[in-house]
This record gives sequence, C-alpha cells and structure tokens, in this order.
Amino acid sequence: MTNRIYSINGPVVKVKDTKDFSMMEMVYVGEKRLLGEVIGINNYETTIQVYESTTGLKTNEEVIGSKDLLCATLGPGILKNIYDGIERPLKDIAANDGAFIGSGKIYPSLDETKLWDVTMKVKVDDYVTSGMIFATCKETELIEHRSMIPNGISGKVIKCKDNGEYTVNDTLIVVKDDMGVEHEIGLKQKWPIRNPRPISARKPLNTPLVTGQRVLDTLFPIAKGGAAAVPGGFGAGKTMLQHAVAKWCDADIIVYVGCGERGNEMTQVLEEFSELIDPKSNKPLLDRTVLIANTSNMPVAAREASIYTGITLAEYYRDMGYHVAIMADSTSRWAEALRELSGRLEEMPAEEGYPAYLPSRISQFYERAGYVENINGSEGSVSIIGAVSPQGGDFSEPVTQNTKRFVRGFWALDKSLAYARHYPAINWNQSYSEYIDDLSRWYDKNVAHDFNELRAKMVAILHEETQLMEIVKLIGADVLPDDQKLTLEVARVIRVGYLQQNAFHPDDMYVPFEKQYKMLKVISYLEDACKPLINKHIPVSLILKTGIFEDVIKMKYDVPNNNIALLDTYYEKIDHALASVD
Amino acid sequence: MSLSKIGLSEISGSLVALDDVEDVSNEEVVEIQLASGATRIGRVVQIEGKKAIIQVFEGTDGISLKNTKTKLLGHPMELALSKEILGRVFNGSGKPIDGMGEVYADKFEDINGKPLNPVMRQYPRNYISTGISAIDGLNTLIRGQKLPIFSGSGLPHDKLAVQIVRQAQIAADEGSQFGIVFGAMGVKNDVADYFKRSFEETGVMEKVCMFINLSNDPIIERTLTPRCALTAAEYLAYECNMHILVILTDMTSYCEALREFSSSKGEIPGRKGYPGYLYSDLASLYERAGIVEGKNGSVTQIPILTMPNDDITHPVPDLTGYITEGQIVLDRDLHMNGIYPPIGVLSSLSRLMKDGIGAGYTRDDHKDVNNQLFASYAKVSEAKSLASVIGEDELSPLDKKYLEFGRLFEQVFVGQGFNAKRSIEETLNLGWALLSTLPKEALDRLDNELIEKNYDPEHAARTIELAIRGE
Repeated sequence: MTNRIYSINGPVVKVKDTKDFSMMEMVYVGEKRLLGEVIGINNYETTIQVYESTTGLKTNEEVIGSKDLLCATLGPGILKNIYDGIERPLKDIAANDGAFIGSGKIYPSLDETKLWDVTMKVKVDDYVTSGMIFATCKETELIEHRSMIPNGISGKVIKCKDNGEYTVNDTLIVVKDDMGVEHEIGLKQKWPIRNPRPISARKPLNTPLVTGQRVLDTLFPIAKGGAAAVPGGFGAGKTMLQHAVAKWCDADIIVYVGCGERGNEMTQVLEEFSELIDPKSNKPLLDRTVLIANTSNMPVAAREASIYTGITLAEYYRDMGYHVAIMADSTSRWAEALRELSGRLEEMPAEEGYPAYLPSRISQFYERAGYVENINGSEGSVSIIGAVSPQGGDFSEPVTQNTKRFVRGFWALDKSLAYARHYPAINWNQSYSEYIDDLSRWYDKNVAHDFNELRAKMVAILHEETQLMEIVKLIGADVLPDDQKLTLEVARVIRVGYLQQNAFHPDDMYVPFEKQYKMLKVISYLEDACKPLINKHIPVSLILKTGIFEDVIKMKYDVPNNNIALLDTYYEKIDHALASVD
Repeated sequence: MSLSKIGLSEISGSLVALDDVEDVSNEEVVEIQLASGATRIGRVVQIEGKKAIIQVFEGTDGISLKNTKTKLLGHPMELALSKEILGRVFNGSGKPIDGMGEVYADKFEDINGKPLNPVMRQYPRNYISTGISAIDGLNTLIRGQKLPIFSGSGLPHDKLAVQIVRQAQIAADEGSQFGIVFGAMGVKNDVADYFKRSFEETGVMEKVCMFINLSNDPIIERTLTPRCALTAAEYLAYECNMHILVILTDMTSYCEALREFSSSKGEIPGRKGYPGYLYSDLASLYERAGIVEGKNGSVTQIPILTMPNDDITHPVPDLTGYITEGQIVLDRDLHMNGIYPPIGVLSSLSRLMKDGIGAGYTRDDHKDVNNQLFASYAKVSEAKSLASVIGEDELSPLDKKYLEFGRLFEQVFVGQGFNAKRSIEETLNLGWALLSTLPKEALDRLDNELIEKNYDPEHAARTIELAIRGE
C-alpha cells in the first residue's frame, strides 16, 4: 500500500493509518521527493518533519520510507567542502540549480567520481574489528584520511584490493564475520547523525586547545575535548571570536557549523579560509576545514539537523585519531528551530515557548565533546565552542541558562566593551573557565613554571580595578592615593595592551604562548618596578609622562611574532624610563 | 487547474476554511468572489485531509458561509514582473494602484523567493557613499548589505532614508543603473506621501517602484508587502542588472501583522506574543539582500523599524539585529539637542565595513580613524557620567578635553544637517581634525607614523570651522 499525505502545516506533514514507518526514519515526501524525518507515530497518524520548503506540496502525494535513520555519509572528500544542514554539497547544488536552492534534489554528499590514492593497511586473512583502520589516503595536503571498519563489523578479511586509485563507491575489502556473513567495505560509510559514535574510554582533559587569543589562552582556556559557550547580544562579536578561534586554534580539523546565521558570513568564511595560510603547516586553512551552512533563510528543520550533522563529522575524524574543534554558530538558532517544530507539533511549551526537552537536547549535544580513547586504540578529541545569541542580550533566558549548566567554559561577551571597540569583548568579570585547574600542570610544564602565578596576579589586578572603578565612578580618579592609581594604570595596560587583540593586525591576530608569557612578564615587571617609586612618593602622573606605559601597551604591535626575543629588551626600557624620574 | 467551490465551512478572523477540496497544494493562491462581484485573494496555509485553511489577504468583512465562490488558482502567490514596474505604484499585494493598468508581465515569480545558495553569494565589498559622515565614516554602508535603521516614534528616520536615497544614487558606477524599491507596511498616508513627494522632488521617481500598504489597509496584505517588494528587487537586480536599494518601512508594523495572524491561527506564542518563527520569517526577508556571483546587480536593504518605547531589546529590533549586518540606531537625546541626523554612533554598527573600507575602497587611514574615533567617543560618555556626579569643573584636564571633543563630535561630525553632503575625504579629514583636539597620548589606537602625518591641532580649528559653516 502506498502511503499518502493527509495534512500539511508548514514543514510538518502527516500520513494517516499506516504502520510502515519507524521512529526517526528518513522519508521522501511528495512527487518532488522532499527529504523528511519521522518524528511521531501513533495508531492513527505518522508525523513527518520535512527538511525542505513545502510550498506546492499537495495532499494525497506519496510518502516513501527509506528504512534507514537520517544518516551522514562519511568518507574522503568531506574536508574543504561546504554542506547544508543535511549534508548536501552546496557547490553541486549551485552547479545544477544556479544561484537559488531548489527543492527535492538528492545529491551524493561525497564526490563519487574522484579517485583517491589509497594505501591498504590490511591484507587477506587479517582479523579486523570495528574502528580498525584498513586503508588511508591523502584527503587534502594537510590531512591523511584513515578509513575505518564500520561499527558492528568484525571478522576475517577474505578479499583485499591492492594499493591504487579508487572512488568512494569501490569495494576495497570483503570481511567475513564470525557468523559467516560477508561484508563489502569501501571508503564510504554511513552513520545516523543523532547517535554518538562509540568510544572505548574517556580521558581526563588536561591539554588546552591553544587558540592564540590572549584573553582565552591566559584567562579562560578551554581544554581539548572541552566545551565552551560564547553568549552575547548582537554586535558583541560572537562570530568574529568564532572565526578567530577556527582560524588559529591548534586542532587538526575544524568543523564550522553556520546554523541559522547570515549567508554573507558563510561566504566570508569560505573566502577567507581558502586564502589564509595556517602558520604551522603553511597550507590554506581550508585544507583542514569543513563548513556546514544552513543559513537563516534555509528550511528550519534542516537547521535543527545541522548541529548533529556537524558533530557526527567531527566524531568521525576524532575516531581517526585527530583533534577536532567544532564551532556552532549559533546554538540559539538551533534551539529556536526546536521551538518552531515543537509549536507545529502542538506540544506543551515550557519556558518562553521552548519545549520542555530543551535542556536534555542541549546536554546531549555538549556531551558529545570529549577527549577519548577510540575503539581502535588511538586518541582523539572533539572540542565544542557554541555561540549563544540570547534575546535582548539577557543571559537569564532559557538557552543561555541551560547551556551554562553543560559547559565548563563560559566566555561572556559584553556589549559595552564592544561599543568601546574593545575586542574580543569578553567580559573578564562574568566569564569563567573551570578547566584552569586541570590545565595548570600543562602550563607549568609547557609554558613556564611561573605562568600560573603571573596569571593569578593579573586576575587580582583586574579584580581590584573593578572595585576601584566603583569609587572612581562616584568621586573621580584624582582623589585616589598613588598606589591605587598605579593599580588602575597597570590594569589599563592589561586591558588595552593584553586583553584587547586586533584580529586584523598581522602580528596580533595570532599570538604564540611564548609571546603571551613574555608579555605578561613585562607587564608584571612594570608594576614591580613602579612600586618602589610610589613608595618614594613620586606621583604616578610623573611616571606616566615618561610614556613607558604607552610603550608597553603597544608592544603587541611593536614586537613581531618572529622576533619574540625583542620582548626581553623591554625590561631595560622600563628601567631606563623609570630611572629618569627617580 | 482551477475549480470553483461555492460556500465556506468556517470563518475566523482572516482565516476561512473550505471543505471537500481535492488536489489543493500548500501555499496555493485562491480567488474568492463575493456576492457583490468583488474578488479577494487568499492563500492556503494549512491542509488537513479535504479541508483547506485559507488566509484572506484583504480581510473577511462581508464574507458569509454561503455568499462566496472560491477558485483555486493552482500556483503559489506570484508577482508580475517586467522592467516597466519602475515608476509604478502598487498596493501591498502587488496590484497596481496608480491607475496605469496592469503590468505587461515579462515573467511571473513566486513572491516567497528561494534561499540564495551561500556558495553563489559574492561577499559585499563596494561601499556606497551616502554623504553622511556618521554612516560613511563610522558605519559604512556596503553594496549588498542589509543595514536597518532602528528608530523610535517621533524620530526623523524617514528624513534620513530620503537623504540616503537622494545622496547615494549618484554614487552608482558608470554604466550600471540604480533603482529603488520602496515597501511601506502599515505607514500613515502622509508618510507614504512624504516619500512619494521626496522621490519626485529629487527626480528619481521614474527609478522607484513602490509597494504601499497603509496603516488602514488589511493586515494580512501587510505580510505580503515586503515579499512583493523583494521579489521586484531581485528581478531588477539579477535579471536587469541594476543596483537596487530596498527601503522597507515599518518592519515593526509588519511583525505586528504577523503576530495578529499567528494568534488568529491559534499558534503557540514566543516572546511578547510574537510567533516562535519570527526569527526565521524575518530572516527570509532580510537574507534576500546580497550579490550573486556572476551578476552585475545587487540588492541592498535599508529596513526601517520603530522600537516600541525605544527599547532595543524588544523582539523586533532584537531579532532584526541578529540577522542584519549591523544597525544604525537613532538616538532620542541627540534629537532633543537638535542634532540631525541623530545617529547614536556607539550603538550603531556596520559589520561589513571592515572589508569594504581602507586602501582601494575609501582611504588608507579609514580603519584607523574609525577605530580611534569610536574609542575616543566611548571615553566621552565615561567623562560625561563622571561630570554628572562631581560637576564639570572638578574633572581632570584630559576629561575636560574629552567633553569638548564629544561636543564637537556630536554637533559637527554627526550633526551635519539635511542638506550637507560630505565626501569620504571630507569626512575623514574632519575626523582627523576632531582627533587633533585631543592630546597625542590619548590616541592609543593609532600608530605613531599615522599620528605624525595627520595630527595637526592648528589646522584642525579651521577644518571644524568650515564644517560648521557647511563648506
């Protein structure tokens, strides 16, 4: 019996009197074969959410089940690509449909004609288990693609191709499992996007994801395998921060999910990442990046799926033993998609119209981050950095609050800092990172033994400044004693000279740890050197006149990244300048 | 296919239900003929079995369960398009109301449009010179951008929009044509007239295509107006290779119409009663700005919205700000102080300007001047709040300088007046002149070389003097 559409309401379609479908099954709806997913079943009707525009759809058109969950296709060719929320390659759509996206077209996610230069890692009679790497090929200049035995298959290799050039559709090995069933395995495999890929064990998070952004690396670090949220009202710089981290962080693979955001932003990422060169490998950044673009005007159901597609791709590369960072911009749009669909299903709303299952969905997503031992024994990580766009910039709304419970890094963006063009506009009083203690050992070993100390000192100064500013706001800075004035000045150096970072300045857009440490050291030295002068009752205004504070503020521009040793000359400069007023 | 049905089964607000229909498609257009002979247009919004829910654009007044004949037209809402639509005036659902007859259509397009593929977008880079310092210098408008004006009732947003149209049109490239599509949703009669008159006075009327839904027109028609306007704009931009500036006013009325419609459908409301899909709906409008790879035209949007009670966190400005590429915020304090245009510089932003200014676009030092002006002006408000507590006399000399800088900045740089048109050179030179009133050490966003080259307190006074006199 063919199943036919009974009712249509926006992206939600219902089919009556059928028992043919299973929950979360992928289906094709109508004559145009629009992609949909079964989201509710009862005795009378099956509810389907359609991932494409339903304009022009009629009742009585056919609905065909695929007998499969909504899956992502995994294999070489993912990197450098740009997909929509359900892993359709946008470039192929553009080649066929022109500038505007039509509906009801099915495109293979991976290039099926491209030949990959495959090196086999197994031979006939080897016993293979799930997750084992059986072949590798060079996916991009930067990344070696390691093809793994799909989950659930283990057994003896009975046929094996030689090294050579194959497409993703070719069968490379045949595995006969213990039950005697033969499995043909190629470069391509599928994975249902809503299920986390299996792991062997979780490992403690004790290596930072180095971002080259001073305020993050020093004050609010995120560990590899950790999760951080970036909340901020519009114009506070969420996207700029996400871009900066995606460009410069030391992950092997970047998955950038543009979820319900602007089309021009995705164009910009695409353009910029193909031009920008990774400082470590000298290859274009795009070589390690995959983009998922479900812009705000694309169908809302696919927006809901885009987050899961992104994280599934990330887990796939993690299983190969890579460190992956996924940027989700913005999870609020994803939550809104949930709300919109929930409304169409006439579910009982909880806070602000969001469905009651919002917190559990958010936690399911963030819990897919982690530093793990994979089932093939390799180690990899998925770090999640999710942007949150709270309505009205009000952090008490449900998405921000629920996200806060499931992430350990919280980078609160502040509109007033952004208004003052202090970028990245991360508010140092509201933000926090719970990873600091886990990472302090790494800093000790890999940066410098006194880094944690310097960091603590800097936090203390900033904190004291906040308190002093309360007084200054009431009575002005002039009445403060000189030692407190000095604190304010040093805090200014930290804010302007250290925390502020210019994403467009060639030497400031990315700052290696060594430079960060040395800059901190110089600032600390400046404070220590000024203190004795204050004790001798030399006024701060006199010290300021030497211009040494401005020099220190501008060191981030004046010291190029390829000559960090230049920072060592600042101690002398400071001594010299201060000697002139002593 | 078209078939007629007599009678209806249910009427509720602007929605009517039709029973026993077959072969009806989602979003299909229907024509409802009343006993009086008048016809109204509607759209299928929901289908359940053989029952179709239809939204009637011109309202359901006078419709009963028996007196109608409903015809299903078999296609979604379409707009007749040809190059002749320039110079014409339409109502909110795209019917000509200027008495010049129907449009001889070259093409019909679905007014909902289709999402533009991100890989086919061209990243906007060419700036549009508006001749307004606060925009050109600090919040540059880029061709293909969507830059809304956030305003409040009583503020001169209409005047600003007219000034932008008047001054920007000349900046279009040689050879490529410039056009304006104007969509008015729920505006008052005299506001619509003001725009029409201003377009005529500046001699651009034959380049303007107007879609007008007045505040006493049916609200459901209002939800179509911006879609009609943008469909016309896309046609002119991508088929006729024109640079189109779309002005949509007032988006708040549009959103209210949407809310009214949503609640009449019995949908679960989100914040402040607005439907949960307000973001997606607004995005489907705003995202229609842009430039398509391989086409010569572009669609630039300037939506105007009034913030209820001047509240920028109200859902309409809030969601708009999340979708658009920046915003120009009008400030009531500046307006009260007689400053025109009252652009609140600190809360305004143009996200695309960073790639469309500087060497090759405007002037080498644009980014630096912009950065420093913002930073310095941010300090002015700190000084102001301090002054309000301890009095101006008690301020430190530097803070006093900031106050003076702030005064000049607001009155001379921002408050240039309705008739002044400043080139980007003039704007940036004026910026340097203002910065030169501050001590050198206070310019912490500039490198020394630039300061040496342009910092000139002596010359500054004269430049400012000239700007005040409007020369």
